[in-house]
Amino acid sequence: MDILRFATAGSVDDGKSTLIGRLLFDSKAIFEDQLEAVERTSRDRGTEYTDLSLLTDGLRAEREQGITIDVAYRYFATPRRKFIIADTPGHIQYTRNMVTGASTADLAIILIDARKGVLEQSRRHAFLTTLLRVPHLVLAVNKMDLVDYSQERFEEIREEFTSFASKLNAPDLTFIPISALHGDNVVSRSENMPWYNGSSLLHHLENVHIASDRNLVDVRFPVQYVIRPQRATDPAFHDYRGYAGQVAGGVLKPGDEVTHLPSGLSTRIASIDTFDGPVDEAFPPMSVTLRLEDDIDISRGDMICRPNNQPQAAQELEAMVCWMTDASKLGPRTKLTIKHTTRTARALVRDLHYRLDVNTLHRDESAQTLGLNEIGRVSLRVTQPLFVDDYARNRLTGGFILVDEVTNNTVGAGMIVEAR
Amino acid sequence: MLQRDYTTSQLDVLEAEAIHIMREVAAEFERPCLLFSGGKDSIVMLRIAEKAFWPAPIPFPLMHVDTGHNFPEVIEFRDRRVAELGARLIVASVQDSIDAGRVVEETGRRASRNRLQTTTLLDAIEDNEFDAVFGGARRDEEKARAKERVFSFRDEFGQWDPKNQRPELWNLYNARLRKGENIRVFPLSNWTELDIWDYIRREGIEIPSIYFAHTRKVFERDGMLLADNPWITRGEDEPVYEAVVRYRTVGDATCTGAVESAAATVEQIIEEIAATRITERGATRADDRASEAAMEDRKREGYF
Repeated sequence: MDILRFATAGSVDDGKSTLIGRLLFDSKAIFEDQLEAVERTSRDRGTEYTDLSLLTDGLRAEREQGITIDVAYRYFATPRRKFIIADTPGHIQYTRNMVTGASTADLAIILIDARKGVLEQSRRHAFLTTLLRVPHLVLAVNKMDLVDYSQERFEEIREEFTSFASKLNAPDLTFIPISALHGDNVVSRSENMPWYNGSSLLHHLENVHIASDRNLVDVRFPVQYVIRPQRATDPAFHDYRGYAGQVAGGVLKPGDEVTHLPSGLSTRIASIDTFDGPVDEAFPPMSVTLRLEDDIDISRGDMICRPNNQPQAAQELEAMVCWMTDASKLGPRTKLTIKHTTRTARALVRDLHYRLDVNTLHRDESAQTLGLNEIGRVSLRVTQPLFVDDYARNRLTGGFILVDEVTNNTVGAGMIVEAR
Repeated sequence: MLQRDYTTSQLDVLEAEAIHIMREVAAEFERPCLLFSGGKDSIVMLRIAEKAFWPAPIPFPLMHVDTGHNFPEVIEFRDRRVAELGARLIVASVQDSIDAGRVVEETGRRASRNRLQTTTLLDAIEDNEFDAVFGGARRDEEKARAKERVFSFRDEFGQWDPKNQRPELWNLYNARLRKGENIRVFPLSNWTELDIWDYIRREGIEIPSIYFAHTRKVFERDGMLLADNPWITRGEDEPVYEAVVRYRTVGDATCTGAVESAAATVEQIIEEIAATRITERGATRADDRASEAAMEDRKREGYF
């Protein structure tokens, strides 16, 4: 059994909570006491139906205002897979939350109301999931029961969305007609839509192939922590020196020739250690400890890669940045702390090339700043080299966060498009 | 081109993520500590810590916030496990907080030290100058927890502000703090109760005996089975009887309920949990039943 992480985008009106509620309920991930609590609250508030959004909207303020203000994580499992749902609010003012939820997602479900078709917000959700390089996208055309399960309506929406998605460089795209309320094509295939030959939503989630979405080609091992057991009880470990980290790309094997950055020195992997014993290979997302054949001065923030396949050692970055605070704005000369893999440096904004309208994809080149939830193309200069890849090639070595140096808050998320 | 399918099992993914989180903390903070109660989640967390730094010892102390209302089997287990690892254990005692006048003992039939723990915890964090505190909480436990970050920022009063949390993207965690502030770190955020038990089975991890079916003197209150013990005031309408029970969670003995169960092995517990229709906190925690937002309110004050 493996894990699929997926993000859901849409508003309560699209039936998102109903859909999540149904997936959880049908997979027995909602328990009786939770359902009773939701039913009780729904009754107290005078709602006629059981409001399943109460299951996910856990904070007092959310329940009081009837809105989702933050990413909620939900869990369910079938015999085939464990699922982690990042349930993100769909409204434009929560773009930063959707970006957060999409950053780790293998798949995103965008909900469309069959009556309303592709709206501005559907295009925004599609843009954000492709910007964050979520590898699989599912367009769930919901409320099919309200359009008489019409194949024609479904095809119309499919065509409209496909033509828009071609501009986005959208990944694997799947369209599923559903009714979350009645359960059509959610867990099992619907008898109401005999014209639909594809999988039910759950079947698709269980079977979509994600193992090859990770980058297994470019070896990238950001050094996280140096393990030196100074008071080891076992004398065998007196001289032990291991480099601990989580593999961010490629497959490493003992005996492989590797290069250390920033020094550029090469050596071989002596062994790949874990608490449970040495292993024959390491690949994402394994957390392991490397021992190397030669003594090289290596510390946290360094990178281990292959001699003939190295990331860029860059101090000038071009990136798409999503700004995440209303306390300040990003503009030329803004100074920030940047965290990329295990390395932290300082960054100076050199230029804001344009601000992107996330609804129309229009580039506003006259923009001077980025405010909360705005996305733009930015040039950064950093105080020490970062070992980067294009975000499109590797999300872990292409993504970074920006931290405000006064408040210490995380204020931006960046995706590298070009490095020098 | 690739010779094989690099599929990774759910427990391996969760373990790798938790190890990554622990190493980030060890690398970026000056004074971390790990909350260890002898409960199953903290036991799993401790095993992850052992794995993350092997062959070096765990590079931070353990801390138990002790209400004084304990199950003796759990304290015995706690001390034995700490000795095996050669770790340092700090015991922060609620009784000491009461004696020092920092908190006042609740009175009456439903008196509990559950809420008092928060003061003891915050005082211990301040006294020891801890800047990062590992907790075993999981997002699937409770709806307020479902919104919590892996690195959960606390201000100088130890408070959690759910509306003002730091965004958390990819596997990048923001460890920046000012003096007096701290981060609660939850490496098991993405684990479910079933994942914890699957992992305990896979790793062959020892757990305290009260998790398995045993005969105990209990009485019923609010549909929960509470153990008859010296710290609890029982009414005449709450007769004690013997039952075969086990604990799904381990907390303060005055507010942690047992469930009727014959599960005597980890395998049987997994079967039982897979079939159960009630959440672990719903079944066993009086403290969460107080109100709709009981957990959120306690967390805002600085609770685990």
